[in-house]
Amino acid sequence: MNNEFRFFPEQASTLAPEVDALTLFVVATTVGVTLLVFFLLLLFAVLFRRRSDDHYPKPIHGNVPLEIIWCVIPTVICVVMFVWGVKVYSNIVVAPVDSMDIYVVGRQWMWKIQHPSGQREINALHVPVGRPVKLTITSEDVIHSFFVPAFRVKQDAVPGRYTSMWFQATKPGVYQIYCAEYCGTEHSRMIGKVTVMEEGDFQKWLSEGAENGQALQGRKLFTKLQCITCHSGNAQAKAPNLEGIYRKHIPISHQSGVKTPEGTKIFADDSYLRESILYPNAKVAAGWESIMPTYQGLATEEELLQVIAYIRSLQQGQTPPRLETTPTPASIQEKSSQKGEK
Amino acid sequence: MSQLELKSGVTHAEQAHEVHEKPNYLNHDHSVMSWLYTLDHKRIGILYLVSITAMFILGGIMAALVRVELSTPKGDFLTADTYNKSFTAHGVIMLFFFLIPSIPAVMGNFALPLMIGARDVAFPRLNLLSYYLYALGAGIGMVALLYGGVDTGWTFYTPYSSTYSNSYVTVMAVGLFCIGFSSILTGLNFVVTVHRMRCPGLTWFRLPLFIWAIYATSVVQLLGTPVIAITLALLGVERTLGVGIFDPRLGGDPVLFQHMFWFYSHPAVYIMILPSLGLISEVIATFSRKNVFGYKIIALSSVTIAVFGFIVWAHHMFTTGISPYAAMVFSFLTFSVAIPSGIKVFTWLATMYKGAISFETPMIYGIAFIGLFTIGGVTGLYLSTLGMDIHLHDTYFVVAHFHYIMVGGAILGFMAGLHFWWPKITGRMYSDFWGKLGAGIIFIGFNFTFFPQFILGYLGMPRRYHEYPEELQLLNVMSSAGATILAIGYTLPLIYLTHSFFWGEKAGKNPWGATTLDWTATDSPPSPHNFDQIPVVTEEPYHFERKEAGVVSH
Ligand code: HEC
Ligand SMILES: [Cu+2]
Ligand SMILES: [Cu+2]
Repeated sequence: MNNEFRFFPEQASTLAPEVDALTLFVVATTVGVTLLVFFLLLLFAVLFRRRSDDHYPKPIHGNVPLEIIWCVIPTVICVVMFVWGVKVYSNIVVAPVDSMDIYVVGRQWMWKIQHPSGQREINALHVPVGRPVKLTITSEDVIHSFFVPAFRVKQDAVPGRYTSMWFQATKPGVYQIYCAEYCGTEHSRMIGKVTVMEEGDFQKWLSEGAENGQALQGRKLFTKLQCITCHSGNAQAKAPNLEGIYRKHIPISHQSGVKTPEGTKIFADDSYLRESILYPNAKVAAGWESIMPTYQGLATEEELLQVIAYIRSLQQGQTPPRLETTPTPASIQEKSSQKGEK
Repeated sequence: MSQLELKSGVTHAEQAHEVHEKPNYLNHDHSVMSWLYTLDHKRIGILYLVSITAMFILGGIMAALVRVELSTPKGDFLTADTYNKSFTAHGVIMLFFFLIPSIPAVMGNFALPLMIGARDVAFPRLNLLSYYLYALGAGIGMVALLYGGVDTGWTFYTPYSSTYSNSYVTVMAVGLFCIGFSSILTGLNFVVTVHRMRCPGLTWFRLPLFIWAIYATSVVQLLGTPVIAITLALLGVERTLGVGIFDPRLGGDPVLFQHMFWFYSHPAVYIMILPSLGLISEVIATFSRKNVFGYKIIALSSVTIAVFGFIVWAHHMFTTGISPYAAMVFSFLTFSVAIPSGIKVFTWLATMYKGAISFETPMIYGIAFIGLFTIGGVTGLYLSTLGMDIHLHDTYFVVAHFHYIMVGGAILGFMAGLHFWWPKITGRMYSDFWGKLGAGIIFIGFNFTFFPQFILGYLGMPRRYHEYPEELQLLNVMSSAGATILAIGYTLPLIYLTHSFFWGEKAGKNPWGATTLDWTATDSPPSPHNFDQIPVVTEEPYHFERKEAGVVSH
């Protein structure tokens, strides 16, 4: 570990130099203004010190040009900071479309990470260098925040919803992950490491020990949680066919128990799928009875991610037959292994 | 300034050693009951002063625990839970039990009626009730701390605070609820007082700037505090009854809490800082013997800041996943509040320009204030800049920034005010030498403590960390060393002010040559009813001119 003194953390993502350039601009202007204030403060204190006890200066009532100057200059500086800040921010929030997906679940006090290929890690994240990576983040309990200073990005993990963040690492190495949102006793131990690897090494790492793809595990859950009994994808189905619905506009008939106008549609993204499973009545697909039970408490956040990964991957005609025998569900293994860790 | 005839015997009281003095508000009745049941705004101000000083010491001890722990990277001094409880107690005590009542309730109570030529506030009984609600709330808060503390951080974020924390959150919420009502009633009282009790001739644009600031602050207290009261009540309901409001497992929304919390707590920053801004204008004008440059702009900017303060709250939530468009709007609005604050700094400089500046302790605090408030203000710009806040949010950068505003700004303003009005409050002077020395030590200690934290924050050290990576130790040690110096700086005033209270030289009516009614028209200390006759004001404040010591012109 290098112990040299530094003012800026390492720059290891495409965003880091952008953020630092903005920072340098803000530092330069604000240090300039601050030094000017300090200088005038001391100068006036010396020049205009009280000479004698009956030194009464003449009042000054105002000076319009001066006042205009000190309104306009700070305003201009602020506008530049604002616009530049928005520019950098939009690069931070908008992930490139070809990003690679990785899923992050925070809980007291660890980060659990799933790769679509089925790799899972705890308090560690392996990513390839030079490829944009998009993290979809949630929490099982309280709010946490996934923070990688070397990448200059941070995103809260909020229970009950998905948030996302992206980065593209620029140099191989190991970087610190922190939990930035206070989350209880071991908040300061909710840390980990991002390992940035060359593409080849990363592919090798991915293939090592990847038992089952995330979607494959989701497929098992789809049967185990009885989704298949209703969403059977055939003519007798009691529920809509889920094949190919991901990222489509779905017609709905009710929202939070209230009838919606004819033709209302909803965009079926990850958050919508999650909501459909946990709060089926929040939005009811048009033409169906709302008979779907809630799966709150029956599936962990990680299992939800797997089921959703499965629905995402589900194409025309791929719904499995109803009576597929399932091997031991992945979730049971997962639960017992967590107990060991805590 | 006012049409007041004064007997020379009073003016020269400082020369006459122990002659039969006119009774003042301190000595006209010595009984304990006369203090506990007092309706006199000045005595209520003193009750607050004593209470918040006790709270400040307690909050300071908590900060000391935190800084000792952080002088090493490992968590070897306190357990993680004790550490979490310490920084929570530090935050809650300093913000709710000390800073929010500090200038408004201490200085406001003492000086507001004196400065507007009133015999008391509009509702003296309500004023006493405010104090007792404060005392009750602080008492309940202490019970929560003694029984085992609260470990949520002063921000009480849900669902941690509502369902996960095993600490005394509900009790603390009840305490804060009481304090909230105290704050609302004080605000109400001051608003009515400024509207209804100004003495003849004291029009709005003749009001001293401190009054404008207190007025704006009171409006914020009145409008903002009910929201935090509701938020805490809902938190209590979810915690005790399990009704889903904020916890998603119960069907609630955790981010809703943050919206409600910051809707109050951002304006609350202005409850702490606005009165300081007003007070510094008084101090700079008095010690420069100059009228405040751009009086009307400063007066109105206090009100503007108060109003704008209500529409920037979501700048605390840029990383929660709020809509990017909302983030841009809130960033923009935040920049627009920055500008009036910046203008205030320039007007103080312009007030000093071609003045006749003298450097007694209050002015030293005033100058230190301008410096630290400037740093606090400009670092706020780092956080309003969206692209930077994502990296800086929830790191030590934020901690450093708000300490520059709240310690460098609010507390130094409070110290300036305390040293400014001390002769009026007690009728006695303190040692100027020790006063300046204290101010200098505080200034140095403060910068040593908090400047390194800006760098720590940019390096990525998250706030509320019990342990941290080894490479950050150097800066943390600097910070802890600075805190030690700061602690020494804070102890000095406790000693020399106590000394002055008993043995200080008699101050005389107007030792600083100030122009506002609190100095020109009352004795030091003032009589129980402030004025022998209600003064009449005939001109703008800050009209400094050569005059016989203590004799009021017009
Ligand atoms: C008892 C039958 C039943 C079961 C079991 C069931 N669902 Fe449903 N589901 C429905 C019905 C009926 C709808 C349409 C009405 C609505 O939107 O509530 C639906 C809607 C949905 C939708 C929204 C589809 C759309 O077109 O908008 C998704 C996604 C979904 N279910 C996923 C699941 C998953 C995953 C499971 C298993 C964990 C599951 N369902 C189990 C009956 C069921
Ligand atoms: Cu945390
Ligand atoms: Cu704020």
